[in-house]
Amino acid sequence: METLQTGDRVRYVNGGTALTGTYITERDGMAVIKLDSGYNIGTSPEKIEISGRPAPQPPAGAGVVVQNPDLPELAIISTGGTIASRVDYRTGAVMSQFSASDILRAIPELGEIARYRDRQIASILSENMFPALWQELARAVYDEIRHGVAGVIVTHGTDTMAYSAAAVRFMLKTPVPVVFVGSQRSADRPSSDNAMNALCSAAVATGDLGEVAVVMHATTNDDRCAVHRATRVRKMHTSRRDAFQSMGMAPLGYVDYPSLSVTLSDEAVRRGAEEPELHDALEERCALLQFYPGMPSAVLDAFEGCAGLVISGTGLGHVATAWIPKLREMIEDGTTVVMTSQCLHGRVCDRVYNTGRDLLRAGVIEGEDMLPEAALVKLMWVLGNEPDPERAGVLMQTDLAGEIRRRSV
Amino acid sequence: MDYKELGLRAGIEIHQQLDTAEKLFCRCPTTLRDTSERTGEFYRYLRATESELGEIDRAAREEMRLVRKFCYYTYDTVCLVEHDEEPPAPMNPEALEVCLTIAKMLGMTPVEQVHTMRKLVIDGSNTSGFQRTALVALSGALPDGCRIETICLEEEAAQRVEDETFSLDRLGIPLVEITTAPCMHTPEAVQQVAGHIGMVLRSTGRVKRGLGTIRQDVNVSIADGARVEIKGVQELDLIAEVVRREVERQVALLSIRDALRERGARVDRTVVDVTALFSGTASAILKKAKSILAVRLCGFAGLVGREIQPGRRLGSEMSDYAKKCGVGGIFHTDELPAYGVTAEEVAHLREFVGAAEEDCVVIVAAGRERAGCAAEQVMIRAEMAISGVPEETRKMLEEGSTAYMRPLPGAARMYPETDVFVVAIDEPLWESIAVPELLTDRAERFVRELGLDEALARQAAFSERLPTFEKAVAAGVRPTLAARTLLATCRELARDGVDVGRVSEDEILALLSAVEAGRAAKEAIPDLLAELARTAGGGAATPRDRVDAVIEKMGPAVSQADVEAIVRRIVAERQAFAREKGMGALGPLMGIVMQELRGSVDGKVVSETLRRELKRLLS
Repeated sequence: METLQTGDRVRYVNGGTALTGTYITERDGMAVIKLDSGYNIGTSPEKIEISGRPAPQPPAGAGVVVQNPDLPELAIISTGGTIASRVDYRTGAVMSQFSASDILRAIPELGEIARYRDRQIASILSENMFPALWQELARAVYDEIRHGVAGVIVTHGTDTMAYSAAAVRFMLKTPVPVVFVGSQRSADRPSSDNAMNALCSAAVATGDLGEVAVVMHATTNDDRCAVHRATRVRKMHTSRRDAFQSMGMAPLGYVDYPSLSVTLSDEAVRRGAEEPELHDALEERCALLQFYPGMPSAVLDAFEGCAGLVISGTGLGHVATAWIPKLREMIEDGTTVVMTSQCLHGRVCDRVYNTGRDLLRAGVIEGEDMLPEAALVKLMWVLGNEPDPERAGVLMQTDLAGEIRRRSV
Repeated sequence: MDYKELGLRAGIEIHQQLDTAEKLFCRCPTTLRDTSERTGEFYRYLRATESELGEIDRAAREEMRLVRKFCYYTYDTVCLVEHDEEPPAPMNPEALEVCLTIAKMLGMTPVEQVHTMRKLVIDGSNTSGFQRTALVALSGALPDGCRIETICLEEEAAQRVEDETFSLDRLGIPLVEITTAPCMHTPEAVQQVAGHIGMVLRSTGRVKRGLGTIRQDVNVSIADGARVEIKGVQELDLIAEVVRREVERQVALLSIRDALRERGARVDRTVVDVTALFSGTASAILKKAKSILAVRLCGFAGLVGREIQPGRRLGSEMSDYAKKCGVGGIFHTDELPAYGVTAEEVAHLREFVGAAEEDCVVIVAAGRERAGCAAEQVMIRAEMAISGVPEETRKMLEEGSTAYMRPLPGAARMYPETDVFVVAIDEPLWESIAVPELLTDRAERFVRELGLDEALARQAAFSERLPTFEKAVAAGVRPTLAARTLLATCRELARDGVDVGRVSEDEILALLSAVEAGRAAKEAIPDLLAELARTAGGGAATPRDRVDAVIEKMGPAVSQADVEAIVRRIVAERQAFAREKGMGALGPLMGIVMQELRGSVDGKVVSETLRRELKRLLS
């Protein structure tokens, strides 16, 4: 028998009925075919026969969308997060869209807010991100700012968006909004949060903000998006639209939908407050470790030679007493160790209990109220830019990019 | 009508909710709720996604005409999956098993690998914008030679509360969709097939019962007409009428088409603003409208107002199309002057748009944008009238007429639900599916084995109380007693306002056993059931104890000696009457004795005793 190829027309016979369809692929030894009714089924290959092989169809009219030259220009930098996608109902494939034209075709209202330059630096799932790509991203954003765009939109998978946003924030000073956006519910579905998030992010990117932010749904309703500070935002739900939360502070602002009116709090850095600067050095030999009761201190051996280690400790910022000698050793050997809390809410204080006091004596740095992930990214940046350990320790306790709040409220 | 000559072809799709513990793709119960019990509301927008062909599905595009915001009611029996805030759980194996059972009963062949699909539905009834559905088996047989094409397992949509508000309790309940070939050629055949499939479904004992739990969609076409799908026929008895009326409609539309062609009818694509003409109108609707637009339909006079179905005219069809733009309806000159529009205004209107006598003028009144959209829709529908019968999805109105809902969906609106793994249906799984006895077979068996008459046997087999009936018979209760109690007595009590539903199955079984054991008379059953219903939900007593307590309360057990004493006394008191009437006194005296015993003794026992006593007296 001829080998089946995707797109082949096939005849499927089962229980006395013959149906026609299109061969899609092989799955678990079964031939997956799309019947003409639209349903996919899996069948033993012997139950189907090829009835024709249509000439491959050229991809449908990917025309260029004409943009309005009178609108401000935004850059859309994609890393793999999808804000637009297209479904091929013939094969059932869902394809992410990255070019400005494709995105505008999927979300035409974007064309009423701005005109767009597109740039793709990666096409990866966000769990596959890595610090070198954060650096490349920061450089790309910096280039776009130097090019003169009114704002930058970065599309990013939501899993590690907060890390990337914080990383860019530490590496970059920006006079224009740099907005990270993604979607929690896949872009192929009519209910996806992609379009509203994208529209709100464009509204913020053309607006008065002057810092790096994450713009995502504020509630489960399609009523408004929240604008989160890059260094204080965290994904707090696996799947909900409003997964992103500002931790320890109110969001920098909100975008109402569908009016797209943006309101910013007094705290939000305003457009033009900073001159563009790029400091893209990172010390990648840093790690983040979550402590649990009974965790053997031998785990720390794996981090020997690390320049920096952030611990997500218990409560006020603790690990088991048995860990202290090992930590002291590491610090003496030159590792900067910063303590944060797995409580996520609240400030580390190692001055209340003996364990804490012993940790401080061993040289552990209190990470104030920094989020563990923000502290990790910051530590990479600080150690990449400040060779003196003592001064690095001081920087870790200094608010550089809104990551530390002076007061807990 | 000669349906054969008309070339009637009809098929049905039956949607039946399954009575599983959990929903199809989440672990929520399949419980319907009252909207007043809702714990919250949220709202969303849906947008059609662009397909590979650069096309938005035509049914989807139709819904996109209005930018609509959908509101959803949520409950404590609903989770993030129904909210479209969490990926689906694996396909409920219980639902798949019921679906396979039905497939097997219908002689179908399962697919080897079940793939769940996303079917685009953006009318708001699915929070995600698609319905999850999977083709499970193919090719089944029906008794009259008709064929079943497919059975699909899919999730139920959310229930519309009103307009754009939906209730999430129903969303996700498992549903089987059974599609027949278009193999029926008379309205009656459609109803028979629907009835047969319904019976097969109920034979599983695992489908939901009651209004709204089964819905039939009917596909109808006649030669030269078009395929029309009529959604949501809930009453089986109406199916034949729906088909008859659809045939009637298509015949009427074809005759209108012929008339239009003969007249050389056409649609004038110029929409005329006639707002100023009605500045002084007495019509309340026109007075408050910001914009009134007129469309001239050349050669349509008299045909727009022609009836095509009871209560429906061609004008109703145009009105349905216009309503998609959010207007309340249309006016046309075939029905004017009326609704506060004067003959003079009509004359002005006709003159202003340059309408000849054989032309019909349609006006729409609304805000500028909506009126423009509605005028366009009227023109589209008018042009369709010249072509003949449009392919449509229609919804049923009361009595069996129908209204336009949306175009028939194209096939290109399904793609894989990647969040759900495929399920293999292998030989052992298929072999393990047991086929339950058909209810019709069961009724026959009840006649044969239990000696019930045919009517009662059928009633017992088709009743929701079938399981209780079978348990009672298995426990040694006489089948007629069980059947009469469960089917007749319970229904009569319910009719009299007794909440029989509060009496548990076990209590009914205990009561029937008590009667069979002679601890209570069968005449006392209605009173005892009523008392059980009244006192239900009290304590934690066992069913047997509850029944005994109620028997005790309603009338202490009367011994045979007591009965004899009472009978002897009553006969003695009425000796003269008894001697005069002879054995004919049996009936009147029976009533007196039963009244005294208040039904606490079996009538048969009383009657025997009375007969003996009378004989003794008369001898």
